[in-house]
Amino acid sequence: MSSTGSTYGGSSVGAGTTHQASAPDTDVLGVSPVPAGHLVAEVVEDLSVFDGVTTERARAIITRYPQSRSALLPMLHLVQSVEGRVSQAGIQFCARELNLTAAEVSAVATFYTMYKRKTCGEHLVSVCTNTLCAVLGGDEIYQRLGEHLGEGGKRLGHNETAGEPGSTGSITLEHAECLAACDLGPVIQVNYEFYDNQTPETALDLVQALQRGEKPAPTRGAPLRDFRTAELELAGFWPDDEAGYRSTVDGPSAAVETLRGAKLAEDRGWTAPAMPNPPLPEVEKK
Amino acid sequence: MTTANKPAPVTPVLTKRWLSPTSWSIKTYEQLEGYTALRKALAGTPEQLVEVVKASGLRGRGGAGFPSGIKWSFMPPNEDKPHYLVINADEGEPGTCKDIPLMMADPHSLIEGCIIASYAMRSHHCFIYVRGEALHCIRRLNAAVREAHAAGYLGANILDSGFDLEITVHAGAGAYICGEETALLDSLEGRRGQPRLKPPFPAAAGLYAAPTTVNNVETIASVPFIINGGSDWFRTMGTEKSPGPKIYSISGHVTNPGQFEAPLGTTLRELLELAGGMKDGVPLKFWTPGGSSTPMFTAEHLDVPLDFEGAAAAGSMLGTTAVMVFNETVSVPWAVMKWTQFYEHESCGKCTPCREGTYWLTGILERMVDGKGTESDIDTLLDICDNILGRSFCALGDGAVSPITSGIKYFRDEFLALCDKNRALVGAQS
Repeated sequence: MSSTGSTYGGSSVGAGTTHQASAPDTDVLGVSPVPAGHLVAEVVEDLSVFDGVTTERARAIITRYPQSRSALLPMLHLVQSVEGRVSQAGIQFCARELNLTAAEVSAVATFYTMYKRKTCGEHLVSVCTNTLCAVLGGDEIYQRLGEHLGEGGKRLGHNETAGEPGSTGSITLEHAECLAACDLGPVIQVNYEFYDNQTPETALDLVQALQRGEKPAPTRGAPLRDFRTAELELAGFWPDDEAGYRSTVDGPSAAVETLRGAKLAEDRGWTAPAMPNPPLPEVEKK
Repeated sequence: MTTANKPAPVTPVLTKRWLSPTSWSIKTYEQLEGYTALRKALAGTPEQLVEVVKASGLRGRGGAGFPSGIKWSFMPPNEDKPHYLVINADEGEPGTCKDIPLMMADPHSLIEGCIIASYAMRSHHCFIYVRGEALHCIRRLNAAVREAHAAGYLGANILDSGFDLEITVHAGAGAYICGEETALLDSLEGRRGQPRLKPPFPAAAGLYAAPTTVNNVETIASVPFIINGGSDWFRTMGTEKSPGPKIYSISGHVTNPGQFEAPLGTTLRELLELAGGMKDGVPLKFWTPGGSSTPMFTAEHLDVPLDFEGAAAAGSMLGTTAVMVFNETVSVPWAVMKWTQFYEHESCGKCTPCREGTYWLTGILERMVDGKGTESDIDTLLDICDNILGRSFCALGDGAVSPITSGIKYFRDEFLALCDKNRALVGAQS
């Protein structure tokens, strides 16, 4: 979101930084605040955090696609499931597995909202603040949660984390774009599981429970785990045991709103016209 | 009840299984006619399937409304290169919330539609590109693919037909632009989701530069019903040019928001009736027929038939039939500012009009809502919109100007009112 224009009519837009410093004779390395060695030498990260299991998984992702590069998005979810973010090491890991340059992987990783550059908390709390949810209370929920999670009178900002990232009860807060649950607004997601029809009070209760290490059940979705597990699922890896797997798949989804039209039709005896079963049309064989 | 030739106000087709317990399991699906259309389709030829979809008049449910059968017929008849079917399940248009409940409640209808459509287009690998935030859908779709494999509906030699198909469920990573079909293809290839120049269209050079069709979830989930019921049956609902049932998602200031599957051409007046009217009786102020990218309507438009032609004739677009309803308490400039912030965030940055335009639009609207605007800002907004509409690389830019131009068209006074204070100031200085 931009912060342009608050003093327009005397606009501040574009009045900040200019490009006058880039005159022809500028010694770019000399004026850079980054040590010259970092600019010219590639920093090779320690990739040992990605163990054999992760490497095996990365290679399993590649087999799903006719061309290996298609594996990049799921693979970035995979590295995020290991580190709670996409780090430089994660980028180099993907680059190594896919035979791409780190720059090519970085370009992709920085494009998508779901790849986080700072380590996330145990839980990622996403509050929809797009117009419709905002009108129904989403803005207020986001503000209330930010105040609650902030410290020293400072509200917790977008993509900031309360608590030691990864420790139990740590929470990363973000405002999200439309989460496609508008009939259930205002909505929140925790690790991409839906908590529908929220109010500032219910949202605060939810977050306080998360901070205590509890895992309140989502309105729609699997029993709550943590952010990293959600990322592993986004990479396409599911619980190994059948019972555990089914319990995630069978997590609730049948919200009253979702079923509203079908239920109304059932109650009133409305149906679509009866389906005949005619043969497929005849066409000339090509 | 209903007369013989007028369908009921709600016509559950896609939504009819949703009430069944564990509607997402293959067991329930098979008990409710599931995978019968697949058997019928595999006994026919691809040409016959394209023909029946063409005859049904099914139009793309992702917003653009392109005739699906015609789109399918663009796929080359030969198989010099592999063919791909890609499902656009990247639902993210503000207000739109139909595909996600569909994939959660009835994933097998999408899977069955994918198999039939793949057979019709001679594709042996289908991808379902699901929005990353829709984790529960991804889970249900993966389970459905597993179940379909175990039952012999996927894999090699499906139901002894000699037809082979694999389906890969692919999670996106949070980018509205990937709902644009060519951006989606770039994203699926492991790149930044940025739109491609057309032509070539995907049917000529799509995924991996091979012939590809990209279809919306609701479109493909409709296919098994068309195969079973026939094109004439499909046309008993909706209008001549916009046939069939459609999931209308009603959200906002109504008593009972939710999903209502009704014949195309249903009006907001009728939908409000179904949704129990305006919440607490507070009057309607403005609404969108199909997401924030479709120009807004007002109470004047209660009787506009919500089909592709009706919405367009009244100056908007049908879009995704995401009916967002706002009552009198909501400030139009504020709502428009919020939507514009969304487009600015989601602009992919590839083309200048959209990247720069949405930036400036946001800045100006934020300033106006902050009470620091001037009357000339309205002209500036419209001028910028004029430089985005039709001049952007893809439809995101066009969508971004819709709330602004329609908001100013119907509620100019509200934008002017924001400037009153400043008008007095400017006057005092001169």
